[in-house]
Amino acid sequence: MSTIAHTQKRGFAGTVWEYLTTVDHKKIAILYLLAGGFFFIVGGIEAMMIRIQLAVPNNDFVSAGLFNEIITMHGTTMIFLAAMPLLFAFMNAVMPLQIGARDVAFPFINALGFWLFFFGGLFLNLSWFLGGAPDAGWTSYASLSLASEGHGIDFYALGLQISGFGTLMGGINFLVTIINMRAPGMTYMRMPLFTWTTFVASALILFAFPPLTVGLFMLIFDRMFGSGFFDVAMGGNTIIWEHFFWIFGHPEVYILVLPAFGIFSEIFPTFARKRLFGYSSMVFATVLIGFLGFMVWAHHMFTTGLGPIANAIFAVATMAIAVPTGIKIFNWILTIWGGSIKFTVPMLYAVAFIPSFVMGGVTGVMQAAAPADYQFHDSYFIVAHFHYVIVGGIVLGLLGGAHFYWPLMFGTMLSEKLGKVTFVLFLIGFHLTFFIQHFLGLMGMPRRVWTFLPGQGLDSGNLISSIGAAFMAVGVIIFLVNVVITQVKNVQVGRDPWEDGRTLEWSLPSPTPYYNFKQLPLVRGLDPYWIEKMEGKTEMTPAEPVGDIHMPNNSFVPFVISLGLFIAAFGAMYHADEGKDWAIPVLIIGMIVTFGAMLYRSIKDDHGYHIHKEELLDESGKGGAV
Amino acid sequence: MANLHPNSGDPKVTYEYRRKKHAEEMRMQVITFTMMIFFTVIAFAAVGAGFSKWFIVPFVLLLAVVQVIFQLYYFMHMSHKGHEAPQLFMYSGVIVGFVTILAFVTIIWW
Repeated sequence: MSTIAHTQKRGFAGTVWEYLTTVDHKKIAILYLLAGGFFFIVGGIEAMMIRIQLAVPNNDFVSAGLFNEIITMHGTTMIFLAAMPLLFAFMNAVMPLQIGARDVAFPFINALGFWLFFFGGLFLNLSWFLGGAPDAGWTSYASLSLASEGHGIDFYALGLQISGFGTLMGGINFLVTIINMRAPGMTYMRMPLFTWTTFVASALILFAFPPLTVGLFMLIFDRMFGSGFFDVAMGGNTIIWEHFFWIFGHPEVYILVLPAFGIFSEIFPTFARKRLFGYSSMVFATVLIGFLGFMVWAHHMFTTGLGPIANAIFAVATMAIAVPTGIKIFNWILTIWGGSIKFTVPMLYAVAFIPSFVMGGVTGVMQAAAPADYQFHDSYFIVAHFHYVIVGGIVLGLLGGAHFYWPLMFGTMLSEKLGKVTFVLFLIGFHLTFFIQHFLGLMGMPRRVWTFLPGQGLDSGNLISSIGAAFMAVGVIIFLVNVVITQVKNVQVGRDPWEDGRTLEWSLPSPTPYYNFKQLPLVRGLDPYWIEKMEGKTEMTPAEPVGDIHMPNNSFVPFVISLGLFIAAFGAMYHADEGKDWAIPVLIIGMIVTFGAMLYRSIKDDHGYHIHKEELLDESGKGGAV
Repeated sequence: MANLHPNSGDPKVTYEYRRKKHAEEMRMQVITFTMMIFFTVIAFAAVGAGFSKWFIVPFVLLLAVVQVIFQLYYFMHMSHKGHEAPQLFMYSGVIVGFVTILAFVTIIWW
């Protein structure tokens, strides 16, 4: 066993099998990147269809019903199936390396989390081919979703439930990893900011996803099993869904944006070649944003009729979030200030992020004023706001992070030239698309409308917006071309490809050995690799002698557990239909597959294997390792 | 947990120290166990005695909370060192849950 299996060349089928069974955080990161990237493309195509439909007045490119399905799936796909997994990809790829760990705490659960997410997302998107997608908006408010015909909403509820389990597992896994597996000397206040934001985002996942799970179960029971939690006619309360959804949904936006902040907090010091300004205040701001994120959900519901007192409390709490966010913005600016700046592609994204995100933040504070929100509510102003936050914050972070961490994940460097073309097209397209939407909203264009009439002052604004969307699409296509060209050329870069790496992940040889650290590194301060480099060393000081390394075995069980739930979801969904007697057996079979696989996992001992000291010493002779 | 067994060089001292610690702990466990049974008896008695429900419900809930704390600190060893992270997360969870329930019972629109 052991190293032989890892070093030999594999055929195509062998590679596929390796990825289906892998428990290695670096390979799971690649899986997250591929799956998240795929769903990002799907969500992007949906976005393009929305903009084509709205490019001119009275358009009939898609029907009204289909338009509702497209906007619902665009939002749901982008948030749950693109942004989160793409961030998980970077968390998996980078965080264990940053804290000097050999893997996450529970490699098996890491794989299980990925496959649950993947099958949940697959299930949700199969709705396109099986009688219509969900059409009640990504928020799926109960009064609308209970009335929705067909199985669209069932796909939404069951698919998100399955992928939500995966996300929850991933979050808990990261928490345990960061608490327990830091290298010697890596105290909490020496952790890189990306690790800190992963930590806080994971804590938010831990607390925010259970309300979603509960809400989705209630929705599932209302729709599929005849209960009445949200059905007013049966004594239920339709507003409870909104509360559940936003108690989850507001922390969710911080779950997304905090890791993006973390990526930028790594990019700025690297390319300004200065340590991060105000490290401890950055940590404080991150934790505070996480904490306040739970106290503000009702600002999504100002117009529901909570009353002036509740509205005032939530308005003030919401505005308070601008304070820690402002601390972060100023710290980033002061990090760049006086630095010896290199404008690489990641740095361009990071610099463009600051004004873009601030614009989203400012409109956010505007909406936090409850009386003003009555005017903004359900208009394109809201659409402009959250796209400024999500695209200007998260997507720029993802694109910048992809360029920045590409050498770490794949050992190759994306083309800087094509990267700059992507950056320019995407940034121009982004502002062109969404800036004008503020004004469309203020002029009275409601969100989620299928079409609009000519001569109401909305024509040119919508056309400009659609042109901007085309720019973004071209930018993303060029990025994909860049990826293909880079991977086909496959020019391997060495250790520390950006030359200014500060944190532990850059101290490793490229490609990263499958056991990560031959010897756990000794961390002597913030930016440990930078400290060693400043003392003229090229590698980390080891904290332990070379010894046997315990590694987990690959497993196919996570795939099977997830597949079982995927099958069971079809049974749960169709059992209420007339003449579908096969549904209950399918539900039972799916559950048997899942619980059978769990039982197998429980009773079969799998102790993993050891890489022996001799093999590690052997490898260093061949170059490669530390 | 590893830090429950401080190792001094002298095995005799370590043994004596641990013996003493364990005896102390055992005493606390017996005391809390007795109190928990006592609380349970009081709770049943309070219901049986037929007080107003405005007294009984908060009173029984209070006893329950105290019992949960006993359970966590004396039987699940949360009083020992090395439980800071679980404590942080449990208390955060309690706060978030409390705020949510508070909001639900005060501001929800019926």
